[in-house]
Amino acid sequence: MVSNQDSNYRLSYSPHVHKGEKTSEVMRGVALALLPAVAAGIYYFRLDAVYLLLTTVLASLLSEALMQKVLGREVDLSDNSALVTGLLVGLILPPEIPLYAAGLGSVFAIVIGKQLFGGLGKNIFNPALIGRAFLVAAYPVFMTTWTKPAGYDAVTSATPLAAARFDNVMTPLSRLFLGNISGSLGETSALALLVGGLYLLAKGYMDWRIPCAAFASLLGLSALLWGIDPSAYSPPLFHLLAGGFMIGAIYMTTDPTTSPVTKSGRWIFGAGVGIITVVIRVWGGNPEGVMYSILLMNAFRPLIDRFTTPAPFGGGRG
Amino acid sequence: MSLLTKKPSFVGGIHPADNKLTRDSEIKDIAPSGTLVIPLSQHIGAPAKPVVEEGDNVKRGQKIGEAQGFVSSPVHASSSGEVTKIGKFRHPSGNEVKGVKIDLDGEDKSVDFKEADPGELSTEEILERIQGAGIVGMGGAAFPTHVKLSPPEEKDIDTLVINGAECEPYLTSDFRLTLEEPEKIIKGTELIADVLEVDKVYFGIEDNKPEAAEEIRSRASGSIEVVELPTKYPQGWEKTLIQALTGREVPVDGLPLDIGVVVQNVATVKAIWDGVRFGVPLTERVVTATGTIRNPGNYRVRIGTRGKELIDQLGGLPEGRTAKLIDGGPMMGDTQPDQSTPVVKSTSGLLALGEEAAVARDSSPCIRCGKCVDVCPANLLPTSIYKSVESGDIEKAEELNTTACCECGSCTYVCPSEIPLVQWIVQGKSEIEKRKE
Repeated sequence: MVSNQDSNYRLSYSPHVHKGEKTSEVMRGVALALLPAVAAGIYYFRLDAVYLLLTTVLASLLSEALMQKVLGREVDLSDNSALVTGLLVGLILPPEIPLYAAGLGSVFAIVIGKQLFGGLGKNIFNPALIGRAFLVAAYPVFMTTWTKPAGYDAVTSATPLAAARFDNVMTPLSRLFLGNISGSLGETSALALLVGGLYLLAKGYMDWRIPCAAFASLLGLSALLWGIDPSAYSPPLFHLLAGGFMIGAIYMTTDPTTSPVTKSGRWIFGAGVGIITVVIRVWGGNPEGVMYSILLMNAFRPLIDRFTTPAPFGGGRG
Repeated sequence: MSLLTKKPSFVGGIHPADNKLTRDSEIKDIAPSGTLVIPLSQHIGAPAKPVVEEGDNVKRGQKIGEAQGFVSSPVHASSSGEVTKIGKFRHPSGNEVKGVKIDLDGEDKSVDFKEADPGELSTEEILERIQGAGIVGMGGAAFPTHVKLSPPEEKDIDTLVINGAECEPYLTSDFRLTLEEPEKIIKGTELIADVLEVDKVYFGIEDNKPEAAEEIRSRASGSIEVVELPTKYPQGWEKTLIQALTGREVPVDGLPLDIGVVVQNVATVKAIWDGVRFGVPLTERVVTATGTIRNPGNYRVRIGTRGKELIDQLGGLPEGRTAKLIDGGPMMGDTQPDQSTPVVKSTSGLLALGEEAAVARDSSPCIRCGKCVDVCPANLLPTSIYKSVESGDIEKAEELNTTACCECGSCTYVCPSEIPLVQWIVQGKSEIEKRKE
C-alpha cells in the first residue's frame, strides 16, 4: 500500500506514535515481580534455593536457544520469556529435588510446553506447569518429598495441605502468610507473592480480572463448604494461603498466552481455576490441585475465547 | 461536578501524550503565494467536474469544479491567478486525483459574496447555500454537509451534536477556533438546529479545554448544552461521542441518523455560518502546523496550499530532523512522501515527526496479552482479527465484526509486540468488501 521509494519522508500506516511498552519489558516486569518470592525462597531454604533456581533458569535459557536453533528460528532470548519460565519452574518445585530432575523439568517446559507449539505466543499450556506435570509423572517421589524451611532440622515434612488432608492438622495462617512452612520453593510465602502481584497490577503487566475471579471463586466455594461443616473442610483463608494457589493465581493464570483475550473470558477462566482447585483439594486424590486446575482451564481457553467474543459497539448483527 | 457523578465516557480508549504544543498560539493568516493545487475530490462522493480551462484567470471564491449530483460538492478557487494545469495530483490521502493548479497573481482578488439573512431563507435555500459553498465535514471524514443535513423523511432527528472533542494528540485547530470565533460557531449551530428541527443540542468537548467550553457555555444562553468529556482517545469518534452525550448506541454498520442524531464538527459549523450568512465558500481552514516544523502554531491556510509553501512561510524544517510528514494527527493521519501535497478541506493538521517518533518498528510474535482488546472502543478483538486476516480466513474476520472498526489505531498504539494491528484490520475490511462484490 505504501512504498518508500522516491519519498523524502518515511511512509507508513497510522498510528505514528506508540506507547513504547514492549513484550520484553512486560516479561522483565514479571521476572522482577517474582524477586520477592525468590528472596523468600532463599531466606527459607538457603543454598538449596540458589542451586535450584540457577539450574532451572539456565536449563530454560539453554533449551530455548537450542530449540530455536534446531527449529531454524532466530536465536533470541531477549524477550525474557524463557527467563520467566525458568524462574517459575524453580519456584514450583520441592526445594530438595535433585538438580538433574529440576533441569529436566525446565527442558521439558521449554521444548514440549513451548517451542514445539511454535514458540512464544503459540503454546496452549503454561510451559512451567507442563514442566512440573512431567516431573510429577516421572519422579513422583521427588515431587512429594518436602523439607522444612531452614532453622528446622532438615527433615522431611508434610505440606500444610497434606497435613490438613491426611492428618487433620491445621497450620496456623500466620505461618502460611509469611511462608515458614514446607512446600515448593516459591509458594510458601503468600506475602512475597502478593507484593510481586501488586507490582504487576500497578505496572499494568497483568490483567486484574483473572486473579480477582480466581481468588473470589476459591474463597466463595471453600467458604460454602466450611460453612456447611467446619470440622470436615478447611477454612477459606487456609485454601487461599496454602499450597500453590497464590503463585498460580497471580503468576500463571495471568500468563497472557495461555489465558483468554476477551474480558468476560478472563472472569470465567479465573473462576474456573479457583473452583477446580477447591474441588481437587477436597475431593481429588491429591492434596493440591492448582497445577491441574490451571492446565485444565488452559485447555478450555480457545473454547472460552470463542464463546465470549463480545458484541461490537452498537450491538450484534441483526 | 460532584465526585459521585461519573463523567460520561466510553469503554476502552488510550491516553497518549497530548503534545498540544500549539495550544496557546493564536490563529494567524498564511498569505496565499506561489501556486495552489486544488483537488476536485475533497469529499466523499462523486468528484467535482472542472468548469475552468487551462489559461483561465480565476478569483478567490470562483467555482472551479461543479458538484456531480447530490452526494458531491463543488470546489472553489482559494485565491486569484491563472489556471495552469488541470490534471492528476497527489491527494494527501495517497490517491492521485484530478485537480486544478493555479499560479497565483499575488493580488488575492475575490468574487463578490452574496450575503443573506438566514432568518429569511427557507430550509431548501439554506441547504443550497451550504452545498453551493462547498462545505464538507472538516473533522476528517469530508462527507458533504448538505447531505448530512438532509436526513431521509423516515428518520426522526431529535438531537444535534457538535464535535469539539479534538482528541488527536498535537492538534489544536478546533480548540483555537472555538476560543476565537465562538459566536460564529454558536450561530452556525443554531442555524442547523433549526434546519434539522431538533429539540436538543450538545456541544461535546474534552475536559482538557475548559476555557473553550466556557466560551460556548457563557454565550450560548442555554440553547446548547456544553458537556466536558474525559480526555481520552478516541473521544471524538462519532459513535463514542454520541454514546457519551446521549447514552444511545449507533448500531453496527449504522449511521447516527438511525438513532436520531446528526454530528457536525466545530470547524464545519463555522464554515456553515460563513457560507449561509455571508455567502463565503469554503476556501480556507485552520491548520495546526506542528511537530518539528519551525514556528509551530495554528494557521488560517487557503485550501490548495502545498506543504512546502506553508512550511517555507513558517521558516522551514530544521535540517535532517524530520522523518515523517503527516496530514492530520499522529493517531490517524496520513504520511506524505514529500511537501508537494496540498491542504484540503479535511486537513486539520500538518505534523512533522522526528526520527525518534518515526522509526520503523519490528514486530515480535503476538503473546495474546489482550491489551488491544482492553483499549478497543468498538469492543472488537483486534488480535483475533489480525490472526484471521493474516491466515487468509476472511470469513472468520467477518464473524469477528471487522467492519465495525473505526480505525482509531489504539490497538497498534498499545501492542507490546508492535504488530500493526489496525493495518491488518483495514486490510481485512477491504477483503470483506471485495468478497461481497
